[in-house]
Amino acid sequence: MLLDLHGYGWMLMEGLKVTLLVGLCSLALSMVFGLLGAWAKLSASKAARRIAETYTIVIRGIPELVLILLIYYGSSTLVLRVSEALGAKVRLDLDPFTSGVITLGFIYGAFTTEVFRGAFLAVPVGQIEAAKAAGMNRILRFRRIILPQMLRYALPGLGNVWMVLIKATALMSAIQAEELVRKAEIAAGATREPFTFYFAVLLIFLGITLVSMQVLRLLEAWSERGVRRA
Amino acid sequence: MDLLIIWETLPKFLAAIPTTLLLTFSSLAIGLLMAIPLAVLRLSKNPLLWMPVYGFVLMFRGTPLLVQLFLIYYGSGQFREFFESVGLWTYFRDPWFGAILALTLNTAAYTTEIIRGGILGVPHGEVEAARACGMSGFLLFRRIVMPKAARIAFPAYTNEIIFLLQATSLVSLIPITDITKVATTTAARSFDFFELYITVAVIYIVLVYGLNGVFKRIEYWMSGHLRERPDADTPPRDAVVEETGGMR
Repeated sequence: MLLDLHGYGWMLMEGLKVTLLVGLCSLALSMVFGLLGAWAKLSASKAARRIAETYTIVIRGIPELVLILLIYYGSSTLVLRVSEALGAKVRLDLDPFTSGVITLGFIYGAFTTEVFRGAFLAVPVGQIEAAKAAGMNRILRFRRIILPQMLRYALPGLGNVWMVLIKATALMSAIQAEELVRKAEIAAGATREPFTFYFAVLLIFLGITLVSMQVLRLLEAWSERGVRRA
Repeated sequence: MDLLIIWETLPKFLAAIPTTLLLTFSSLAIGLLMAIPLAVLRLSKNPLLWMPVYGFVLMFRGTPLLVQLFLIYYGSGQFREFFESVGLWTYFRDPWFGAILALTLNTAAYTTEIIRGGILGVPHGEVEAARACGMSGFLLFRRIVMPKAARIAFPAYTNEIIFLLQATSLVSLIPITDITKVATTTAARSFDFFELYITVAVIYIVLVYGLNGVFKRIEYWMSGHLRERPDADTPPRDAVVEETGGMR
């Protein structure tokens, strides 16, 4: 083999598992935030629109690393301060995994908000009218008519978010989450061969990107199987 | 909230802002100089020319900037003897060199794609007209293709600038004192993590939206000849999707 990992290969594999798990959990969470955000942005309520607008604007102005550090280290300080002021002493100890997933989900929720908003607007109004005429109520309309089509329109955007998000999981090494980069850091420290391990991680991420590109291409083709083209 | 610590650390934060901006703009400048020829090579029909560029772009866009940075800065230590023998170790041991090299290569890869998109967006009729006027080769590129491509690519490039500005926060993980690092080192002693990182976040928001305002101004000024259609500025759906494209 070209890269001699000195028996630390299994550690990288464990890191890969954590990276993928973090990525998938954050993506799921970001979709929840995204649906809420899109709903708020398209809502008739001015307050809801204002809140969603602020959310996306603020998130886009802060580097991911800073938010990851802020939520991981800052949240326990904040909870301690607030609880002390109220006379009790509450300790909040988020583990790096949970904290990282929440942060990444929250950050990429701002991007899925835009994706879902665009996808909702792409569903033809006539179909929603037709569903109303057929007597469907709001929930049924959303579940049967809007959501399935929205997901199709949102797929390329979600794929884009996934590709960016999976790379952003590397930043969680800064809060000692046991993902790929952190594992490489440990292995590099033990073997004094940083290049070997960071290069291995680079190749693994490249592999994730290539596989994701392929899977997305197939998914998009599958999601458009019933669409007639000009 | 301990406002005193923010006030006390503020001079350090302000002193670190030039570091962040210097990293951003020096990498951007070198990256742009690399990206223009790379984009042209990427569009060549000769596979010996476009395939290496495609590989470079895929490598740097398909992997996290953090890993690229660690690979260059920490990874070079593994080849210390080699670098010493060719006299390059003084550069590679310097975190500034590693940071600028990683950021430059990274932004060059993203910018190559942006410029490629811009060049592809130049209407063929304009190239044809230029050929009819007798232009070809470099003259055609300089006079017709590049100005038009630059105008098309500008909005995407401003996004890239803003993403790179934010990406410079990663240098706080190697020994460089940028805005983020000021908070990390100060909070390590005082434990005011929340207050200090919030301050960092606010500084970045101010920098990002300040720059963004400048870019919007420039864009407005550049698009004067297109301005009589007030309904034309709703971005197409693809533009919204594209927004995450530059994030690392």
